[in-house]
Amino acid sequence: MARGQSAALDRKKLMGDPILVCTIVVLIAFLTLFILYPLAILLVDSIYSGNGFTLDIFKRVLAMPNFRTAIGNTMKIGLVVGILSAAVGLLFAYVEVYVRIGRLAGGLFKMVSMLPVVSPPFVLSLSMIMLFGKAGLITRFLLNIYDNSVYGYWGIVIVQTLTFFPVCYMMFKGLLKNIDPSLEEAARDMGASRWKVFTSVTLPLVLPGLGNAFLVTFIESIADFANPMIIGGSYDTMATTIYLQITGAYDKEGAAAMAVVLLCITLAMFAVQKYYLERKTAATLTGKASRARMLIADRSVTIPLKVLCSLAAAFVILMYLCVPIGALFPTWGYKFTPLTFKWFGQVFSRYKGLQAFRDSFVLSLIAAPITALLSMIISYLVVKRKFKSKGFIEAVSMLAMAVPGTVLGVGFIRGYSSGLLHSGSWDLFRDGGALHSVLPNGLLGGIYGSAAILIIVFVVRSLPTGTRSGISALRQIDKSIEESAYDMGADSFKVFMTVTLPLIKDSFLSGLVTAFVRSITAISAIILLVTPQFLLITVQINEFAEKGSYSIACAFATILIIITYGSVLLMNLLMRFFGTSQKIKEDG
Amino acid sequence: MAKEKKSVRLEHISKIYQDPKTKKDFYAVNNAHLEIAPGAFVTLLGPSGCGKTTTLRMIAGFESPDFGEIYLGGEPINALAPNKRDTAMVFQSYALLPHYNVFDNVAYGLKLRKQDRETIKRKVLSILDLVGLSGMEGRMTNQLSGGQQQRVALARALVLEPGVLLFDEPLSNLDAKLRVTMRTEIRRIQQEAGITAVYVTHDQSEAMALSDQIIIMEKGVVAQIGTPQEVYYHPSNEFVADFIGEANFLRGKLAGGGKAEICGHMVEVPPSAGRPAGQDCTLVLRPESAVLADQGQLPCKVILSCFMGSYQNYHVTVGDTLVKITDFNPKSKKIYQVGDNAWVNFSRDDVHVL
Repeated sequence: MARGQSAALDRKKLMGDPILVCTIVVLIAFLTLFILYPLAILLVDSIYSGNGFTLDIFKRVLAMPNFRTAIGNTMKIGLVVGILSAAVGLLFAYVEVYVRIGRLAGGLFKMVSMLPVVSPPFVLSLSMIMLFGKAGLITRFLLNIYDNSVYGYWGIVIVQTLTFFPVCYMMFKGLLKNIDPSLEEAARDMGASRWKVFTSVTLPLVLPGLGNAFLVTFIESIADFANPMIIGGSYDTMATTIYLQITGAYDKEGAAAMAVVLLCITLAMFAVQKYYLERKTAATLTGKASRARMLIADRSVTIPLKVLCSLAAAFVILMYLCVPIGALFPTWGYKFTPLTFKWFGQVFSRYKGLQAFRDSFVLSLIAAPITALLSMIISYLVVKRKFKSKGFIEAVSMLAMAVPGTVLGVGFIRGYSSGLLHSGSWDLFRDGGALHSVLPNGLLGGIYGSAAILIIVFVVRSLPTGTRSGISALRQIDKSIEESAYDMGADSFKVFMTVTLPLIKDSFLSGLVTAFVRSITAISAIILLVTPQFLLITVQINEFAEKGSYSIACAFATILIIITYGSVLLMNLLMRFFGTSQKIKEDG
Repeated sequence: MAKEKKSVRLEHISKIYQDPKTKKDFYAVNNAHLEIAPGAFVTLLGPSGCGKTTTLRMIAGFESPDFGEIYLGGEPINALAPNKRDTAMVFQSYALLPHYNVFDNVAYGLKLRKQDRETIKRKVLSILDLVGLSGMEGRMTNQLSGGQQQRVALARALVLEPGVLLFDEPLSNLDAKLRVTMRTEIRRIQQEAGITAVYVTHDQSEAMALSDQIIIMEKGVVAQIGTPQEVYYHPSNEFVADFIGEANFLRGKLAGGGKAEICGHMVEVPPSAGRPAGQDCTLVLRPESAVLADQGQLPCKVILSCFMGSYQNYHVTVGDTLVKITDFNPKSKKIYQVGDNAWVNFSRDDVHVL
């Protein structure tokens, strides 16, 4: 059927709204330049050398024994961590949703789900070494084992599982709460035992969600840089191999090709997760539970489950507590009393702590509002507006979710170290035999090594999370509320400022804080791009942990945790006082 | 009150959508061609999915027509965005801005038009008075009942003095009693404000009670345009007859001379000009236009007889055809029982020939 003029008319209406058009153009430029282009240049650089297309670089990289081992290692860890995290997450969620747990256990669970969010990524690796390593508190002083090695495969698996299972737990909690209790009651009524109900009703219903959680964790695990870096020892994963290829072997081309391989794996996983499993999960579980679930109060079931989960939760919390306590011991592994603040003092007096915190703090503070605003604008456009390039904006901002930080870092190096499209090395004119480039730094080459590129990386890294929460917040707002404002004569900018933003104030605030926390704790991409003029806390922690100065690393990490936890507290306070949307939700 | 009542003209408007499942294009609105006079109250009536809301949203500017041109007060408005059109809409869900109080909701559009504070205050208060919400301007919208929210939505649209007021099933979220009160209110306010109104509904009694003209739509096509009396007594086809009120369809053949043959019996019908004898026809007979009698036009057998208070409800069969009859005020009349044989009786002017 021939389509008529509607597309042309829609375009005309859009063009009558200059602010909207400008926003869309700027957004597309940003996404293209800082997400799409760095990834594209990786691919182009690794198949195109001056003489034409070639797969030589791939062949060379894939022939390297250490990279081949790294691929195997990464996949093995991803698989095991994915399965373990999904299983532990499901157990916790099941206990929380189905079993009557006391207030104490409930509090523990809440803390466990909260801790990974506010902690820097490598805290668990640090505490793992400090508790179970050669001089570990538990291994050496409690069990008298002197040669326990936590470095390597098991270390990574345990630490990553403990880091990622809370994400699965939160996912399953949402899923299980949406199961209509009458389904299970019907099965019980027909004579099924509790175990049978679990295996024949509950489990099949969450099966797609199980796959989903597994894949999400898998992607997180293979993209993880910080933990394998600190606790991996000689057990290299793809992320660490790429990092070493750049910083150790100075082989940027090889690293680019490796990054392409890593990216392909995560993208494939992401595609399956996004377009197959997520849809299936939504299809099996629609709507809300009709009424409250009868919680299992049978002691033979509740006590073992409660004890198991509480112990696990307590262990995780102990691991996190180990870092601030570790910073207080005079010498880790030798002298435990009296507790001292000398490491905190040294952070500032000897190791330029003030500068590190200032740099990290300021850069994150700049990046956070940009991220929050951008992600709200993207969500608004994606959910509420209709225009041609919407698909592009949505796809690219989601794509960023599947890109490991290390890959993005390498992409920025390749994409901007000699200017946009290597424009710094274009030979443009000859002057008396000497080759000159018109653009010595290349187009946009100036941002490389500057604060700007670090801020941009922070923004790109936090954008997908913000966008996702913004989209889900906006979907809950009736479309006609914005339409009514539009109908009364407001243009898009006015609608966004007077209606959309006030209604998703909470989501905006939490997006702001999440972006800040994610930025100040980021390491994987940033470690490749940071120049000596900037000291970032996470990079410092990584350095001291590498050197084995755990007390200093712990002191740095403790201060970082205080900052992030403080900002989350501040957010909650702000929401209580300014979150009008909260009031609306309660009454309405 | 409106600065100018405007006419609305839709010239051969079509809107094509894609079915999300089959990926096939279909006409949501197909060649709608109609004119709404300034100051008229016109209802778009039809079952869900008939294209009535799409038509309304095209007038508002939220959707763009694929073919045709829409005129508001003689001006083509196809390329104008909703915020630049002289229309105001009352939404099904009211769509009040939840973070504003009643006053600010009503004042929102005026503020966008950069009117001064005194004017805004005066206009808002007088419009709130018109819709019966005086003294409520400080309330938050979630502290209002459904009917009150509806009034705010109406006030918010009216205060802009739009060329045309659009209603998208505004009463469907209210309970039955309030619906009846509100529709009288809407009609009163529209008359007082003297404003052109286009009203979308699937409720035929609402359409009857409100409209100067009813536009009945079926599967994207305008089936009939007429006053409530016209569409009720002279429906253009079976769909319209069935959708507006209840109807019995008796099939037969025209016999000429103002008669038609139904199930082998001759009945008198209104003269249908230009249709030859022997042509198939369908008689539309409203349940309240027929009665059961011992002697009459068509023999029948009673299969349901049920006392409903104000009327006796009968289902009878004439040949193979089910005929429903509502016999009002049955107290002093003969009541037929299930299984009785009787006659269906009606006068010539009470049937309509299709």
